[in-house]
Amino acid sequence: MSGAATANPSVAALRARFGAAIGRSAVVHGATLVHVARDRAHEAFAFLRDEPSERYDYLVDVTAVEYRDRELPLEVVYHLRSIPRNAFLRVKIALDRSGPFEVDSVVDLWQGANWLEREVWDMFGVRFAGHPDHRRILMWETYDEGHPLRKDFPLRGRFSRAEQVRRALGADLSAHYSMDELSIADAYGELPADMRQRLKGAAAPEGKGRSS
Amino acid sequence: MAEKRVLELALATPGVDAAGNAMRVPLVSAEHTAQEPELDSDHMLINIGPQHPATHGVLRLVVELDGEVVMRVIPHIGYLHSGFEKLGEYRHYNQIIPLTDRTDYLSAPANNIAFALAAERLMGIEITPRCTVLRVIACELSRIISHLVWAGTTAIDIGAFTVFLWMFQERERVYNLIEAWTGARLTTSLTRVGGLMADLPEGWTGRLREWCARFPKTLDEVDRMLLRNGIWLGRTQDVGVMTAAEATNWSLSGPMLRASGVAYDVRKDQPYLGYETYDFEVPVGEKGDVYDRYLVRMEEMRQSVRILLQALDRLPDGPINADDPRVILPPKQKAMSDMESMIHHFKQVMEGVPAPAGEVYFPVENPKGELGTYLVSDGTAKPVRWRIRPPSFLNLAALPRMAEGHLLSDLIAINASVDIVMGEIDR
Repeated sequence: MSGAATANPSVAALRARFGAAIGRSAVVHGATLVHVARDRAHEAFAFLRDEPSERYDYLVDVTAVEYRDRELPLEVVYHLRSIPRNAFLRVKIALDRSGPFEVDSVVDLWQGANWLEREVWDMFGVRFAGHPDHRRILMWETYDEGHPLRKDFPLRGRFSRAEQVRRALGADLSAHYSMDELSIADAYGELPADMRQRLKGAAAPEGKGRSS
Repeated sequence: MAEKRVLELALATPGVDAAGNAMRVPLVSAEHTAQEPELDSDHMLINIGPQHPATHGVLRLVVELDGEVVMRVIPHIGYLHSGFEKLGEYRHYNQIIPLTDRTDYLSAPANNIAFALAAERLMGIEITPRCTVLRVIACELSRIISHLVWAGTTAIDIGAFTVFLWMFQERERVYNLIEAWTGARLTTSLTRVGGLMADLPEGWTGRLREWCARFPKTLDEVDRMLLRNGIWLGRTQDVGVMTAAEATNWSLSGPMLRASGVAYDVRKDQPYLGYETYDFEVPVGEKGDVYDRYLVRMEEMRQSVRILLQALDRLPDGPINADDPRVILPPKQKAMSDMESMIHHFKQVMEGVPAPAGEVYFPVENPKGELGTYLVSDGTAKPVRWRIRPPSFLNLAALPRMAEGHLLSDLIAINASVDIVMGEIDR
């Protein structure tokens, strides 16, 4: 087990390169974590992936954490691994409650981030700028109760059972299709006008629920 | 050009030469294929699933076809989404274990262990030597039963029905062992934080040894049937290729990553449960096609049997639960007769076990790939965040990359080779 309490040297390399953009770092249960400022995060990830001394070629996971303490920022958490060096690093981007919940997508660096970032958007409402396919993934496109893993989202859902049933019965099933899938029908002009407008407009889906 | 290649593939029959190597025998002469008429080039959009046996669960694929060639695949997931991670935030650590059964339900014991290991690291609990070895046995049995389902269902997708019956017969035998140990077949809830729910019953190790002696023969029989089978080779070789660099960049893990030639196995590179003390090999593929994934998984089962036999040889006596009254319930007799033990029992069940504030990412090598458990605690008895890093979620994400440009029938073979389980993908 890598139980040694020494910090991963990548943190020092990041500090030397990015200076004040690198925040607090710590070793927790044998793993090093480092905070990176949101506006320089993409640069830092590119550095971590491409620098010969770093070579974090494998993106293990992208997820987010919201603490029960409402004062604390929401954190987007990246777990990185270098397979050739057998090194592991946890990078966090803290998103302030006041600011927009948006970070730069890392899909251009690691293709594996594609679905992971979609899940973070779906579950936490964090947007990923530059994501090639920014849609919900586990919930359906027209789901409008918000983002389930946020702490202000009640365990049983925002709507009552009766309201959920009412909405399910009244749902427009065709709205579950994305524009991507209907592009052929669109090209042949076979889509109803209202549907076409809604899907084109849904390129930037925003839940009607309370998404801060 | 691409169309011509596909036509040649479609009009060729696979076979083997005298040395047993795969080769393609064209059904018609090259001039004839060159004169194929230009077909109407309308693309077709078809929907596969979510209720379709070949999607291995409630997976829905929207496929754009040019003739029989897959141009685009758009997977839709979430039909089995149960919100386990949300539910976990409202549960004590031991109450989460039954939820882990239901993620990758084809290898429930391994999921139980993955969660227990993460929670134990968070709480700083040392498990007993007997518990460690028993968990290794459970992990390797899970790997075998999961790979057996994979081999059986993949073979049936590609048209070999017998393999399915042979594999499921063996799987049933392992399930009998697991049932004798835990009382359940699929949803085992084997672990508790700090130990196990039960020790082995009388005579169990002997039954496992018997099974270990017989099981590799079934694998050999299946290999004899598939390894050099012309249809099998034609359906699997050069299908769904992922290079080593691609597999790494797409965050594939487990047999999918290793079939592409990346020798990363959590058991070797970040050993847990004392895996570094076992003698076993990590099989690695060369081309990263469906055939290599088959070879890797078959060899992994043989290596698992090796680990099982070593674990049985070294299985020590002693308690299965850590001597830590914080997390381990007092014996039932004492709880019923002794006031302090009863209070202890009551408080632990009602209030749960608080974990110190902190966070842990614990990866384990599950049958499907790297299952990571990311636990964040704020010092209370319920986690702030319980994140499952689902291996088949990430493996499935690469399906469009693997399938595009292949025939529709190859899409089925590729999807089968990913070894997905929707319970884990949707959680």
